[in-house]
Amino acid sequence: MSATTTAPARAIDAGSPMMELRGVSRRFEKKLDFAGRIAKRLGAPVREEVVHAVDNVDLTIRKGEVVGLVGESGCGKSTLGRMVAGIMPPSDGTILRNGVDIRSLSHAAAKEMKLRTQMIFQDPYASLNPRMRVADIVGEAPLVHGITTRTGYEAYVDEQMRRAGLDPAFKRRYPHQFSGGQRQRIGIARALAVKPDFIVCDEAVAALDVSIQAQILNLFMRLRTELDLTYLFISHDLGVVEHLSDRVVIMYLGRVVEEAPTETVFSQPNHPYTQSLLASVPRIENRKRAFAVVKGEIPSPLNPPPGCHFHPRCPHAMERCKVEKPVLKEVAPGQRSACHLNDAA
Amino acid sequence: MAAPTLEVRNLRTHFFTRAGIVKAVDDVSFTVERGKVLGLVGESGSGKSVTGFSIIGLVDPPGRVTGGQILFQGRDLAKISEEEMRDLRGNRIAMIFQDPMMTLNPVLRIDTQMIETVQAHKKVSREEARQRARDTLGMVGIPSPDERLMAYPHQFSGGMRQRVAIAIALLHEPDLIVADEPTTALDVTIQGQILAEVQKLAQTTGTSLIWITHDLSVVAGLADDVAVMYAGRIVEKGPVSEVLDAPLHPYTAGLIGSVPSRNKRGEPLRQIPGMTPSLLNLPPGCAFRSRCPRAAEACMAEPGISEILPGRETRCFFPMNTPAEQAA
Repeated sequence: MSATTTAPARAIDAGSPMMELRGVSRRFEKKLDFAGRIAKRLGAPVREEVVHAVDNVDLTIRKGEVVGLVGESGCGKSTLGRMVAGIMPPSDGTILRNGVDIRSLSHAAAKEMKLRTQMIFQDPYASLNPRMRVADIVGEAPLVHGITTRTGYEAYVDEQMRRAGLDPAFKRRYPHQFSGGQRQRIGIARALAVKPDFIVCDEAVAALDVSIQAQILNLFMRLRTELDLTYLFISHDLGVVEHLSDRVVIMYLGRVVEEAPTETVFSQPNHPYTQSLLASVPRIENRKRAFAVVKGEIPSPLNPPPGCHFHPRCPHAMERCKVEKPVLKEVAPGQRSACHLNDAA
Repeated sequence: MAAPTLEVRNLRTHFFTRAGIVKAVDDVSFTVERGKVLGLVGESGSGKSVTGFSIIGLVDPPGRVTGGQILFQGRDLAKISEEEMRDLRGNRIAMIFQDPMMTLNPVLRIDTQMIETVQAHKKVSREEARQRARDTLGMVGIPSPDERLMAYPHQFSGGMRQRVAIAIALLHEPDLIVADEPTTALDVTIQGQILAEVQKLAQTTGTSLIWITHDLSVVAGLADDVAVMYAGRIVEKGPVSEVLDAPLHPYTAGLIGSVPSRNKRGEPLRQIPGMTPSLLNLPPGCAFRSRCPRAAEACMAEPGISEILPGRETRCFFPMNTPAEQAA
């Protein structure tokens, strides 16, 4: 690896891992209440409910990459995003930021490091404080963290708003005075105001109308080149992910089932779940065509099927799939898939 | 050809609010033939849902249907009494909502709700009604319908709940179903299942469908005809393939261009600048003028809707993809 860093200390080799997840899991446990604990002591068959929202995920995101994280509801994509963004600790595993485990850092260094990862949320209505003016929403964090000063504050906020496509003349307004698309721009301006280099977008365009969605996606792409950003782009919309991402990661019930460069995922999907997901997506090119059907429903994450989580819905399921959990293996250069079918051949 | 199931002529539904009159639906006309699917497409606030609610007579004050005709099998729904409407609603015309809990009562078992719906319009025994409910649940792909009839709505998943809502709409084999974004809140694999069921139903039962959605990709696969709404008006309508392949109205073209799969990966999406105007103070002339790349002086006047090509109508002075333009 060549060390050609002439820029300031925060510059990193292009292509070096910016975010590395190793065996990351997240469990949510519902503790038994008092009555439940007594019942258990008396031998009643009650147990604590545990949801494995994210189950042993390895993921590497390189500098400058846009990684799309796709899955249906309950697959753990948002939980994973929250852990990557540092607003939720993992139950197991380590998350390395630029090769460093944040938990090993001192308080001050960790704070600095965390600031460089920011998150943009789905709901532009719920993620902005309705009692704060836009200028304060955008400017508060950089002021607190010393990125701007009291004297430079107004100019700094103006610049941040302009960059996100907002008119600084509106900075004394409150969030409710803006439309959905503009509110999402406020969320983007707020995230970028603390000069992050890594952004987690959690369904950031899902709540927007098509024409507004296109505007925001274009903004994301422009900012990526302008500010040299790296994105983890979480979405259930395969069209959006296909358009934006360099690499796609597909999750199903807490596990990564496939991971590959975007072209590969869409041209040669390996995992049966990926294949059925792609077949289910309505496409504007498909006219009056019968919709492809994946049988069955997404099982409850409280009680996932044993072996491969997808086996009850999989058209190729074999005996082995019901008992043995498939591991994520390389099936082609850059493409990893967790399916027993790949061993059969 | 037989008379169309539904013919809407110059429908106007206005909301009389304290801030002023909101013309949510303004001069909307379309026809739905028997067994056909009409996709009603638009962004939020375009008036597509209010159009649906107007047809089924569920517009609440301060809203009111102020003009036009809604001819359902020749009868004008805008004129008939509430009693006659109740007789039709749930019987000959049914509605499916985005949120199935709009249809379902959370404290009643599914069987109670379905039997009640059957008996509301048909003099049949409870057992017969139950049989009908069970058959319909099976038809929409709900496994073990006998057991599921005994369940409460909260015991179903989102996709299953929507299936139950669809089953309730189908109980009386209606002639027309108005579906308001019924798959928007569902996951893609579940959406695919429901769309497949609906497609099958429309083909086998001869039920006409109005499918209200913001998603052009769903319309592309499901509908026969499409009507695109903007700021309370239909700006373009015609057969789905023709409209999507060669849109006449710049707004339709903009919408199609905004769909990520139509664009080259990594390149900027073709976006429509600006945003939807507030219906409270629409600018004079064409409502799309301020966002339109083809806008000119003439657009200060209001364009009427006219048939430019056979079966293709648009509300624009400078339509795109016309034979004249393609020749030029």
